[in-house]
Amino acid sequence: MTEATVDRADATMESPRGGSSRRTFIKGVIAAGAAVPASGYMFRAGGASARATVRATMPRITTLTVNGTRRSTDVLPQETLAMTLRYKLGLTGTKLGCDRAECGACTVLIDGVNHYSCSVLTHTVRGREITTIEGLASADGTLHPVQQAVVEEGGFQCAFCAPGFIMSMVAMVNENPTPTREEAAEALSGNLCRCGDYDKILNSAMRAVDYARRMA
Amino acid sequence: MAIIRDMIPTFDLFQPTDIGEALRLLDEHDGAWVLAGGLDSLDWFKDRIKRPETVVELTGVADLAGIREGEDGGLEIGAMTTLAEVARSKLIRGRFPVLAQSAAEVATPQIRNQGTLGGNLIQDTRCWYYRGGWPCYRAGGNICYAGTPKSMNREHAVIGQNRCVAVNGSDTAGALMALDAWMVIHSADKEREIAAADFFLGPDIDIERMTVLEPGELLTAVRIPGNWAGTRQYWEKVRDRQSWDWALASVAAAFDESDGLIRGARIVVNGVAPTPVRIGAVEEFVSGRTADDDTGLVAGELAIRGFRPLRHNDFKLPLTRNLVRRAVRGGALAGAAE
Repeated sequence: MTEATVDRADATMESPRGGSSRRTFIKGVIAAGAAVPASGYMFRAGGASARATVRATMPRITTLTVNGTRRSTDVLPQETLAMTLRYKLGLTGTKLGCDRAECGACTVLIDGVNHYSCSVLTHTVRGREITTIEGLASADGTLHPVQQAVVEEGGFQCAFCAPGFIMSMVAMVNENPTPTREEAAEALSGNLCRCGDYDKILNSAMRAVDYARRMA
Repeated sequence: MAIIRDMIPTFDLFQPTDIGEALRLLDEHDGAWVLAGGLDSLDWFKDRIKRPETVVELTGVADLAGIREGEDGGLEIGAMTTLAEVARSKLIRGRFPVLAQSAAEVATPQIRNQGTLGGNLIQDTRCWYYRGGWPCYRAGGNICYAGTPKSMNREHAVIGQNRCVAVNGSDTAGALMALDAWMVIHSADKEREIAAADFFLGPDIDIERMTVLEPGELLTAVRIPGNWAGTRQYWEKVRDRQSWDWALASVAAAFDESDGLIRGARIVVNGVAPTPVRIGAVEEFVSGRTADDDTGLVAGELAIRGFRPLRHNDFKLPLTRNLVRRAVRGGALAGAAE
């Protein structure tokens, strides 16, 4: 709104002093009207250069490394990683459950560590390695040992929580390759299953640990 | 519970890479919101209760993270150090196990991987009337919805109530207070250090703030002096479920012991008041006594003197009493089972 005021003032000043006819007045208003939307962009550019050191690090088009591939997309300042993954990059394997860092359905790996993607601003993970459920299997379709274990154990009932649980299991196997069942329960305690399938999920986790150890 | 909304309202996002730049941004932008791990902040934003125009996001400021050794056998921990790092650190586990253990019991693995020590300390209270956007005292209104006869106040304060009855939800706060830690606070033009015991504000002093932090100020680090390093320390937190939850009550304690006697102690309970509460009467009582169950019994009774429960939270009295008793009588650091 301030831009509009400024432009309008400029436009009025351009009109010939003293001979302020109705025609020049109208011209001024039209010019101002045209200047408003344009100035929106101009001011944005001006603002960016004034804060160059900071803004330069936050381009409108952002490149993210997701599942080993560099992907560019338009990311809003307030956008969460879950939103970007699902609705900009089409990686809908990552689920949104509570959107409040409570349920774990949105769990992804950032540099190998499990995070709630619903509660990470996308702009904070530029330059970091993001792994989603889509990035676990090999290119030839061979499942990740954790996925294989889950399939064999029939670990989930409705499986809405499965992508998040599986990402937490992958993080767990990376960090502690030899967990006890209690340690596995602790490592997976940030994920909820409303079907209450925790016992089967832990069976899957322990089988996954076994597979991962054999592959190593 | 929380209502799912489509998007957070927009804001200007600044991502400084050094402390000076961060402080300058906070100085230049009135009402700028400091974003660390985001686990408290994003809830506010999504519920559209807090709508800052400017957000200063600190994950890029490398100098704010990390654990450094102090000259006196103490440690300095950057405010952006994650809770997972605090819980895992060999230095912290070795010298200040009460802090490592308290960090290890915050919420869930994902939250500890992202949440920071500074964020845990200055987190806003979780009173659900307040978090739900009710115009209570803390939100600038003129009523407390949690203190009325029909309120649901099982999780609320049993001491220190002053119009507001919300509790401090930080687990690491009690541990740091028990270790006589100092909070290092920077602003664009000055630096100050505040004792942990003076850092948290109750509603009697300021009903709308949890800490002494002023606009434009940043908690940059926590400095723990060496005097409690290697002493017997105790942490125990009781919550409704063993994951994610805040404490219904917790105890953090450190004991200087020699010749079988307690020579000095710090005993702090949290989850029972708007700030962590250091219980001086118990510290005085246990000094010069043996760390046994007889001492613990009296210590527990002393600890809850003056507690005034609300309608639904009188269970916090025996809970706090027993936690203090267990801390005093000795034994394993955490979860010392009966």
